[in-house]
Amino acid sequence: MTTGIALEVDEKRYPAEGGHGAVIALRGLHARIAPNEFCVLFGPSGCGKSTLLNIIAGIDRSFLGQVDFDGQHVPRIGYVFQAPRLLPWRTVRENLELVLRRGADPGIVETLLNEVGLAEAAGFYPSRLSGGMARRAALARAFAIDPDLLLLDEPFVSLDAAAAVRLRALLLRLVTTRPATVLFVTHDAVEAVTLADRILLLTPSPGRVLAEMPIPIPREQRRDQDIISVLAAKLACLGQKLID
Amino acid sequence: MARLSAAVAGRVASLLLLLAVWEGASRLVQSRLFPGTGAVLAALFDEAVHGALLHDLNATLFRVAIAFAAAMIAGTVIGIAMGLVRALDTLFDSWIVLLLNLPALVIAVLLYIWFGLTDAAAITAVALSKLPTVVVTLREGTRALDRDLAGMARSFRLGAMRTLRHVILPQLSPYLLVASRSGLALIWKIVLVVELLGRPDGIGYEIQVFFQLFDIKRLIAYALAFVAVVLAIEWCVLLPLERRVLRWRG
Repeated sequence: MTTGIALEVDEKRYPAEGGHGAVIALRGLHARIAPNEFCVLFGPSGCGKSTLLNIIAGIDRSFLGQVDFDGQHVPRIGYVFQAPRLLPWRTVRENLELVLRRGADPGIVETLLNEVGLAEAAGFYPSRLSGGMARRAALARAFAIDPDLLLLDEPFVSLDAAAAVRLRALLLRLVTTRPATVLFVTHDAVEAVTLADRILLLTPSPGRVLAEMPIPIPREQRRDQDIISVLAAKLACLGQKLID
Repeated sequence: MARLSAAVAGRVASLLLLLAVWEGASRLVQSRLFPGTGAVLAALFDEAVHGALLHDLNATLFRVAIAFAAAMIAGTVIGIAMGLVRALDTLFDSWIVLLLNLPALVIAVLLYIWFGLTDAAAITAVALSKLPTVVVTLREGTRALDRDLAGMARSFRLGAMRTLRHVILPQLSPYLLVASRSGLALIWKIVLVVELLGRPDGIGYEIQVFFQLFDIKRLIAYALAFVAVVLAIEWCVLLPLERRVLRWRG
């Protein structure tokens, strides 16, 4: 069951350490994400986007405020990090099997490996994977737990453009057949308008939601490069204006 | 495979050369105090069949095993705790430094005086001499644990047992291997000293007896038997284990 999220982060502060003063990463960040929504968090580097995802994932609990999952106590969360974060001492298949819930059908591992095109590489250790293959493995791992909520932190950054396009298409296919609420962090305007139902623009640090931009055009019609360019330009422009 | 057998051949050749040098030197010196290879091998065989060699070997290996296990287990737990909790590290770091620099001989003498000439005192002394290096190694390993992977484990809610087994232990295993290999090398030497000081059996005790009798060929025979066993453990247990644990590095 996919979940909506009510985000009420009043303040997230990193304490002073080793000569650096305290840093306020997020302040007054309030947002609501609907069940099944594909929501993109768009903002400059260092605006606390990763911090926000870690708060939602429950990795980071030292903040003021609260995160509410529509009455569900703990939703199943699939997390795709900026680096793939695969266990280097486990094969691709073992990396997926490791996160399976107790009593989950182990067949889902082979199914997912097929869907992301890694069936041949299932027995490889991650050191043998290319950058794109490692991202696909990380994507498959996030879907292996049958997530209610997917968190993606610039997952396709540092790939070449063609590979990034293929991986975005793969992500959309996976989300279509396995519905989940998606929070996708990026600072790439084209990526944002290609994927999102709605884009939340964040301010530079301390981050908060500055504006939102719904994308009412169905995804199927967004293959048109012109439409994408126009939307991306509009998003970039909006972001720039708000920062100034 | 070809490279492996070439390496084995090289090693065998090197050992044969050592034996030849020894035999040559012994013939040159012509002294009862420097027996040749034949005399030592005969003594070795004789002691194994008729003498106390097997009993002593057994006693010493038992002490090595218990002291090794105790030092590894306690050292790992303490090292991980000190790596994780800064307060513990501050509190006990100087204890570890002290123990690290306290000669094994001093520890052994003190424990014999306090607890009598018992096996328990002997084994504790050996384990205590090894403990600080295990602690320091594992503390280092714990500090080097990958925070990103820890975050991954938490976000996927792997739970304590799966996190320990699949995320933490594989990161600590190189440190555990280093600690065990250097540990074995250290412990089997200290055990002999501790036996020589205050045990009625074991290789160390026999070395002392043969020293007093000036029975050099038996002295060397006992030492060689023990070295052979330790090398066998190193080659047949620790090295294959290391290869297995580190195979993902390919």
